[in-house]
Amino acid sequence: MGIISRGFSGRRSAENAKMPPGQYLTTDFPVLSAGPTPHVPLQKWEFTIDDGSKVLKRWDWKSFCDLRSETVTVDLHCVTRWSKLSTTWEGVSLDTMLSDIKTYASYALAHSYGDYSTNLPLDDLRDGKAWIAFRFDGKDLAPEHGGPARLLVPHLYLWKSAKWVRSITLMPQDKPGFWEGLGYHNYGDPWREQRYSGDE
Amino acid sequence: MWRVATVVTLHDETATARTITLEVQDWPGHVAGQHVDVRLTASDRYSAVRSYSIASAPNSRSRIELTVERLPNGEVSPYLTQEVAIGDRLEVRGPVGGWFVWRAEQTEPIQLVAGGSGIVPLMAMIRSRAAAVSTAPFRLLYSVRDPGAIFYRDELRALSDNRDSASVTFAYTRTIPRDWPRPPGRIDATLVAETAWPSVIVPTCYVCGPTSFVESVTNLLSASGNQREKIKTERFGSTGEHT
Repeated sequence: MGIISRGFSGRRSAENAKMPPGQYLTTDFPVLSAGPTPHVPLQKWEFTIDDGSKVLKRWDWKSFCDLRSETVTVDLHCVTRWSKLSTTWEGVSLDTMLSDIKTYASYALAHSYGDYSTNLPLDDLRDGKAWIAFRFDGKDLAPEHGGPARLLVPHLYLWKSAKWVRSITLMPQDKPGFWEGLGYHNYGDPWREQRYSGDE
Repeated sequence: MWRVATVVTLHDETATARTITLEVQDWPGHVAGQHVDVRLTASDRYSAVRSYSIASAPNSRSRIELTVERLPNGEVSPYLTQEVAIGDRLEVRGPVGGWFVWRAEQTEPIQLVAGGSGIVPLMAMIRSRAAAVSTAPFRLLYSVRDPGAIFYRDELRALSDNRDSASVTFAYTRTIPRDWPRPPGRIDATLVAETAWPSVIVPTCYVCGPTSFVESVTNLLSASGNQREKIKTERFGSTGEHT
């Protein structure tokens, strides 16, 4: 249908073509989170992968830093409609972290310091699509952007890239995370504009 | 699902902010604190969408109020604050959001902290409390640049004059009214200690404003003993037109 808004012309830009539907370009880096920013000291930081009952892998900050990291340049798309193009991150690929884990699980639930969680199919964490990122734009990741380390899954809306990530639980069945239980889409593909539950 | 909304009243809150009342076709109702997406479409079908918090209390009519702050380089907010006229039609979707909300069933003490246009969803909570004849104890700490930047001025003043309603404390960051007891400045630990609910009574806190404001206030609330799971936040970056 579409109602024409009398007198509205809008602002179109060349970058619009590179962006998912309904997004607009920003050059700064807005922050979205549901509560206070947790401050996690590195000596207390740990990251685990578990299967819901037992821990399969555990890293402290030092052993995490010993993993082979890579630098990636990716576009970010937030469900609140801003997109930021060509951002550079350093992180450890989830392929590396999952490499010697055998599992029948199809789903993953990421948990954060501060009790945030988000779910996604395990396949979306594999094949060079996801990282545990600890540097942004050449600098250590700031707490308000998820430091010391956050999940980075740039092909999905940014709420899936859990800040302050603490663990990933591998699950045979899907289970909604924080925003997914509060009306946001279960999968969150920006190119299909899957913002809210009920979007196709 | 996009719904057709007709502009029924316009009211300027400040030199740069305007409240727009919309009559929304088949509006399903909302909870205080939720927002809507607003879609504007140009004659060549180009469209732009932004999120705006609802300022009005839930009601049985199909009307909602949005208060929009004009951003200097905004694409949508200049249209909504300067161009739009009564009778114009646009589209809305929602309500959206189930986290930063206050429901009339809540009876615990509530601490609201607003920075600038962050007052909008908190005003919906204050209005919702009044509409529901709730006796939940509310306090609002509202930080603005100067006295001219206050939204809903008369309504808030009436609140502070009524002992049974929410109590309101203003904080000015740049310019203070005459004889104001506190110099201009951001909300600090002293002001929180003097005017916010003490953490021992375990209030639920709602903090809304620009990112740096929310970071600073949540740190103060945590430092004064509030548990982090009792602090809910809503932030907007300098480019987000989400107020």
